[in-house]
Amino acid sequence: MRAEVKPGIHTGTKSKTGADLLVESLIKEEVKTIFGYPGGAVLPIYDALYRAGDAFDHILTRHEQGAIHAAEGYARVSGKPGVVIATSGPGATNLVTGIADAMMDSLPLVVFTGQVARGVIGTDAFQEADIMGITTPITKHNYQVQSVSDLPRIVREAFHIASTGRPGPVVVDIPKDISANPADGNYDDSFHLPGYQPTIKPNPLQIKKLADSLAKAKKPVILAGAGIIIGKASEELIALAEKFSLPVTTTLLGLGGFPGNHSLALGMAGMHGTYAANTALYECDLLINIGARFDDRLTGNLKHFAPNATVAHIDIDPAEIGKNVTTHIPVVSDSKAAIKALLTHAKEGPDHDDWLIGINGNRDNYPLWYNNPKEEMIPQWLLESIHKVTDGNAIVTTDVGQHQMWAAQYYTFNKPNRWVTSGGLGTMGFGFPAAIGAQLAAPKDTVVAVVGDGGFQMTMQELSVLQERGLPVKVIIVNNGALGMVRQWQETFYEKRYSHSLLDVQPDFVKLAEAYQIKGMRIDTQEELIHSLPDLFAYEGPVVVDCRVLQQENVYPMIAPGKGLNEMIGVKP
Amino acid sequence: MKRIITATVQNRSGVLNRITGLLQKRQFNIESISVGRTDVEGISKMTFVVDVVDSQKLEQVTKQLNKQIDVLKVSDITDKAIVSRELALIKIVSSAQLRSEIQGIIEPFRATIIDVSKDSLSVQVTGKPEKIEALIDLLRPYGIKELARTGMTAFLRGQQPQVTELTPYSLLK
Repeated sequence: MRAEVKPGIHTGTKSKTGADLLVESLIKEEVKTIFGYPGGAVLPIYDALYRAGDAFDHILTRHEQGAIHAAEGYARVSGKPGVVIATSGPGATNLVTGIADAMMDSLPLVVFTGQVARGVIGTDAFQEADIMGITTPITKHNYQVQSVSDLPRIVREAFHIASTGRPGPVVVDIPKDISANPADGNYDDSFHLPGYQPTIKPNPLQIKKLADSLAKAKKPVILAGAGIIIGKASEELIALAEKFSLPVTTTLLGLGGFPGNHSLALGMAGMHGTYAANTALYECDLLINIGARFDDRLTGNLKHFAPNATVAHIDIDPAEIGKNVTTHIPVVSDSKAAIKALLTHAKEGPDHDDWLIGINGNRDNYPLWYNNPKEEMIPQWLLESIHKVTDGNAIVTTDVGQHQMWAAQYYTFNKPNRWVTSGGLGTMGFGFPAAIGAQLAAPKDTVVAVVGDGGFQMTMQELSVLQERGLPVKVIIVNNGALGMVRQWQETFYEKRYSHSLLDVQPDFVKLAEAYQIKGMRIDTQEELIHSLPDLFAYEGPVVVDCRVLQQENVYPMIAPGKGLNEMIGVKP
Repeated sequence: MKRIITATVQNRSGVLNRITGLLQKRQFNIESISVGRTDVEGISKMTFVVDVVDSQKLEQVTKQLNKQIDVLKVSDITDKAIVSRELALIKIVSSAQLRSEIQGIIEPFRATIIDVSKDSLSVQVTGKPEKIEALIDLLRPYGIKELARTGMTAFLRGQQPQVTELTPYSLLK
């Protein structure tokens, strides 16, 4: 397991360097895959990586933003921390978007940034940036290594903090002299974090209160968030829902935490959620939120959110409880432990068949819908077709916007860890590099990057990684020649003043793919898609598919900003 | 409403920045902040006075502070039996003739003159913020040249009353 690290050849001595210590620590943490980009301040670290031979698979992305989004995709699919290395200054600042994204979506990352040598920190040295100051508000924690003897302990703490409790990104800033200088001592890496003791087991009194409420509820509903997926609690959730016939709706990030094809599944709730899900949240008398953070895109106007419900909130992060929605039963706990406790203590409540009949009626009468004139390629139909050809088993990554919502609506997920999307931060350019990380985490699975024509152009330089590695990612560009969601809002709320949202000039995506020696294809009609899709997914290498879809198509149903769950527009007539 | 919050923190570089940054990010208004070492090595204590709109916002402040890895303990001590003090240094315009008059004003406040020059003198006063405000108001007519305040520091009295109407911000409420 533990690879022998050769001593630092460049120093001309036999001594180990700080960078060698870092490599040893990474091996100890069982890191296999590193996403990174070298530069001046991390030269000692890259030298140690070189000498460590094949201990790691280092993925050289073509931009640091690609590295961090790939690490996010890797973390979401594998459940393990994604590891990133970038140099000081611009290398580090190029990571900022991804760090903020991981913070919002609770993804475990350990990010190593180079820093100028300790002696020149604060002098505006070449490629110096105050990455500690910059990342403090967007990390779970960050460190600047001040002494090489602290390095092994800090690395262990960083992995521990990133991957336990509510996961999040941790930045470790390493000055160049720390990584370059000899480090021969025996350094203690044991740690004690008195200020970080996440509560994992639920309080029995709160579980009893919740069990009592459940035994009285006539209109109960479960809202399942990403906490189900992170806590690996899907099976327990299914058992709970089935035992007490509880309908389950999920958040955007919770998709897959509960099987989308289950008879108790209501689909996604929120701004573009299903009528059945939003109506259930509006009308319920008991709302059990498990691992969701009551994001504004989910709740809509808080005045109309679950107005008559007793709200129970199970979350490992106490600060999420009561932040947006008044909570009557707070349960600070790991999702799995809380559901197990509830399964042990809860008793059968009054019959709520009427509630279920009403919900099923809503689901059957007001499903997601779209018109499908066969002469045009309709994006919703495109996503449904991808679902069909992959049997709903693919790992799907997206950017943010219309294509993301259509993927959430029409690619039904039945298993966890298959859905990789930028939820909280809503980052364009996330989907494609995230797919690279996802494919590396799950080499045998089909990975589909569903991206917009706008978002893809933000990070498409990572096609180099597909070329270099032959990663069989299927890139589906949902190309409507516009920044679709911006265009939709301008149409709806700004009287069709399409200010800088139409992408009339575009590269030839087929030729672009071919420039990277990747198979490229353009599809304009439904007929072509039906004909080529099975072959594209059967193909063993990477593919870029430019799917020309109808520009005017909008995402519905919708809760307009400032409106409540009961004020949906665009519901199937 | 004004609340007095104390936090026990690990004395690491950047910890003050973490906390003030967090308060700013969550839009909490800091009235004053004071920091100093405790008797335990590596542990510092911070006292801040924050202005929050309601108890929900207050609960968020304490929870968000508690989430910080360098923060060991956060307490809202506003409603408890506490001792709280602030120190202020006030430099006022004063000629030799006025000195005794000023001495007469500051004496009931148990303030002391700690520096005298030809045309100014400096007063040191400790106490609750209201007392300091009162003294400043009295000295203002003489002309304040410079004013420095430490912000409040506070802790619990050795003995708490048996019955208090506390609003617990524990999660176990």
